[in-house]
Amino acid sequence: MTAWSVAWLIAKKDLRIERRSRVLTNQVLPFAGVTMLIFGFALDANKAVLELVAPGLVWLATMFSLLLLVQRAFAVEGDDGALDAMRVAGVDARAIFLGKAIGLVIQLLLLEVVLLFAAVVLFAETIPAGGVVLLVTTLVSATCGLAAVGTLYGGLAAGSKGRETLLPLLTLPAVAPVLIGATRAVESALGTGVAELSDGWQWVGLLTVFAVVFGVGGALAFGPLIDE
Amino acid sequence: MTTLEPNRTPTDSELVAERSTGTRATRAIGIAVVVAMAWLLLFALVFSPADVNQGESVRLMYIHLPTIWVAYLSFIVSAIASGLYLFTKNHSLGWDRMAGASSEIGVIFVGLTLIVGSLWGRLTWGVFWQWDARLTTTALLFVTYIGYLAVRRLDGSHHQRAKRSAVIGLLGVLLLPLVHWSVRIWRSLHQEATILNTDLDAEIDGLMFFSILVGLVAFSLLYVWLMLHRTRVMAMEDLLDDRGLDVALAERRAEGGVR
Repeated sequence: MTAWSVAWLIAKKDLRIERRSRVLTNQVLPFAGVTMLIFGFALDANKAVLELVAPGLVWLATMFSLLLLVQRAFAVEGDDGALDAMRVAGVDARAIFLGKAIGLVIQLLLLEVVLLFAAVVLFAETIPAGGVVLLVTTLVSATCGLAAVGTLYGGLAAGSKGRETLLPLLTLPAVAPVLIGATRAVESALGTGVAELSDGWQWVGLLTVFAVVFGVGGALAFGPLIDE
Repeated sequence: MTTLEPNRTPTDSELVAERSTGTRATRAIGIAVVVAMAWLLLFALVFSPADVNQGESVRLMYIHLPTIWVAYLSFIVSAIASGLYLFTKNHSLGWDRMAGASSEIGVIFVGLTLIVGSLWGRLTWGVFWQWDARLTTTALLFVTYIGYLAVRRLDGSHHQRAKRSAVIGLLGVLLLPLVHWSVRIWRSLHQEATILNTDLDAEIDGLMFFSILVGLVAFSLLYVWLMLHRTRVMAMEDLLDDRGLDVALAERRAEGGVR
């Protein structure tokens, strides 16, 4: 079995657990929705401001939800010592990393689509046809970076005391470039404020480099990190 | 070192008392630090002139530049030591402690730089903070290494700690150019980069330049002194941990009547 097929099996297993437990749909999505609502309260439901900052709010809500999803992804492994069991069974750590990351990517993409929809409804965003390609590319590249960082730090924090507080402390500064890049790129795609469509692509470049660095770095570092 | 009776386990206080982190070399460096700091104070506050534009507030530069220099130096040393731990064959914990001590010092000095910098910013720009690429990157560097220090405090064996923190340390180094890149294009799209008056160009007053140099020497010496003591304290802490385990094992054995 190649590492890729093992990774795909792990991702499928994670998604199946999520489908059956419905934590994503019953808890994480509502949480993200509430976050979008309270952003509206914090910004005094000022329509002009909300329309301007909506892309940033979408990504901020995504990142907060990322923390929940990562906790969850490793809680299901940690409870029965499944992570150790997989390592003892000789499963390649890189495959575990990839599998967990792919599972996260799919869940996050789903979440982002819902959040964008919320931005359209709540903050009066419009998605111009010309920006769709940029928007989709941004979502995919940013999400890969987020999932890689989340998986890496989630694996590190898994099973140790104080992991709930350690994960945000490690993850949020690390994903700062994604927050900046993805927000600007989505602004370009949606044409909010003064953002031009052509500005967006340099951000996609940054997001791709970020995803590759943390994807490769994470896959290599994951083994040493989770081994006891 | 005091000799202990063969069958008695030493108490914690005895373990610590039998060793000190000071040696003749560290004492000499310590005295050099005090002298250099006094020298720096003299040049920074008395000899060097006030700036034409900034007036007396320019004197903050003599702390600001040396502290960020020590911070960068610390993080570079930490990254190299992390790499050496991971990629050398015997995985010596000495490298790990060096990386840890250096990062601790780095975090303190980045913190100082941010505090002094924001005070200086208030005096010259009228605001504590500018969303400028350099400042933002520095702030993120600060929180990233606070995270690194938190990872070092996770429970587990010494080698686990070393492996985790080395990986985080090296990833932090990879992250830095990405952060800087992103913040730079972000700010350049939205506003012109802030003109900082700290660039060392040919126009800087000779005496000011010399004072900065004094600051760099003084703070570098301080870094060396802190490093020597901190790595030794860490070595002692590790030793105490190991001994603590041995003591606990011996107690359990004694309870079970096994010798």
